[in-house]
Amino acid sequence: MQNRDVLVRRMTRRLLLGAAGMGGLALLPAPARAEETVDLRVPGGPSTRPITTAYAQKGRMILQRTSPPWLETPFEVFDKGVFTPNHQHYVSWHWANFPSEIDVDKFRLTVRGHVNQTLSLSTKDILHGLPRVELAAVSQCAGNSRTYMQPRVPGAQWANGSMSNAFWTGVRLKDVLDRAGVKPGALQVRFGGLDEPVVSDAPKFMKSLAIDHARDGEVMIAFGMNGEQLQLLNGFPLKLIVPGWCAVYWVKMLNDIEVLDQPDTNYWTVTGYRVPDTPHNTVNPGRTGFKLVPVTRNFPRSFITNIRSGDAVPVGTPAQARGIAFGGNCGVARVDLSIDSGKSWQPTQLGRDEGEYGFRQWQTQFTLPSRGEHTLMIRCTNTNGEAQPDFPVWNPAGYMRNTIESSHVVAA
Amino acid sequence: MLRTLLPASTILCAILLPLTGHAARLDELKSLNLELPSSDMTFPDGAGADAMNGNCLACHSADHMLNQPTLPRKVWEEVVDKMINAYKAPITPQDAATVVDYLARTKGTM
Repeated sequence: MQNRDVLVRRMTRRLLLGAAGMGGLALLPAPARAEETVDLRVPGGPSTRPITTAYAQKGRMILQRTSPPWLETPFEVFDKGVFTPNHQHYVSWHWANFPSEIDVDKFRLTVRGHVNQTLSLSTKDILHGLPRVELAAVSQCAGNSRTYMQPRVPGAQWANGSMSNAFWTGVRLKDVLDRAGVKPGALQVRFGGLDEPVVSDAPKFMKSLAIDHARDGEVMIAFGMNGEQLQLLNGFPLKLIVPGWCAVYWVKMLNDIEVLDQPDTNYWTVTGYRVPDTPHNTVNPGRTGFKLVPVTRNFPRSFITNIRSGDAVPVGTPAQARGIAFGGNCGVARVDLSIDSGKSWQPTQLGRDEGEYGFRQWQTQFTLPSRGEHTLMIRCTNTNGEAQPDFPVWNPAGYMRNTIESSHVVAA
Repeated sequence: MLRTLLPASTILCAILLPLTGHAARLDELKSLNLELPSSDMTFPDGAGADAMNGNCLACHSADHMLNQPTLPRKVWEEVVDKMINAYKAPITPQDAATVVDYLARTKGTM
């Protein structure tokens, strides 16, 4: 604890220094008090994390790791609307070695490999030389909610905030690939960014998509989020957007696209980010000998955002519940609320559809019939008919948890 | 910690916010030159702290480990193996054993 206090003090000092140099950035939240923490309610702990405002362009964020940064979106942000403000869009980097200074005039995106002509595209080429597309999509870390898995597993101890929704502006990856001219026999497209490993022979972070996925017309090279240029920590100047798929594919500071005519064998594609090839990627703890496959798409999830466990709810009086949901790799068909621990379910009203890959708000009223403890549960069913499971999702790396969420409230 | 939830009648305005930021047209990107926080935090003192500080902090700050749950020694061995074999951390076998001991002592389960 002592060390953490030192860290928070140091970061506050940096914040003050940093703020002096950022006079042009209006509306930055007030600096957090040095001792401000958040309780993530983690069974077995550690449960508290510092709140930081020390990161450039970012507001109040939950500090999961200083370097390379893991900054989590505070959960209350999700109650305010379906689009996560850029200054609270979560942040996750694998390697600490990435630039904090980027000259857009010198930046180039290379397209190479199994193509007719290698391209070297400037940001102007991207912004002005290709048709623009826009869509809403949730970026969610495969390890979102890992800290709530039981038994616990190592890795980033994310609560529920390594997810954020933005309205992305960019160009189609397909259009960029067509400009280079993909040769017959292409199998995959591999993406790399400006981040580099600290240890020289460590695996550079790269991810690949199958050629047909890369050319589906939805995968996007984004330069804008919510109408502004990308934030540095979210991948400025260009970021790959793979709608409906885990954020590990959303390569930040994208500067290298390589079309492959052989399967990608790099660590991050074949070894990292794998889950059991079982229903819901779930195995019993301790089981071994299962096949592993890469994480790919997102699964449906939903959250109550205006009621937390421990809250008091008036008995016999209509109360409002609201929150967010997303379908994973398709839209939200319905969101249902249970006030009796999952024995019965009632439909909720969905908010405006801002795009099938984004968050959708839901709301409803409910009345708790008797005094005492009640368990509220919320369940999303997506437009493919897939509902959240009512059993604990568990796997050794702590990926893809989408178990129905519960809130324990007291009617009084 | 009990917060009181207001009856729905007192929060009539459902907060279904419309999209506020439909793209103002982005015609150019502006270069960035920002400063990011670093950490000079070290691991809590104790046997093996030097090996932790010498081998772990090059790639990630200490809060990475301090926020981890308690885990069985076998899991810590797997984590250190991954750091060495997958992420190429240049840790000597002797230091690796010391690091596992430190993790199992400070973040271990029975």
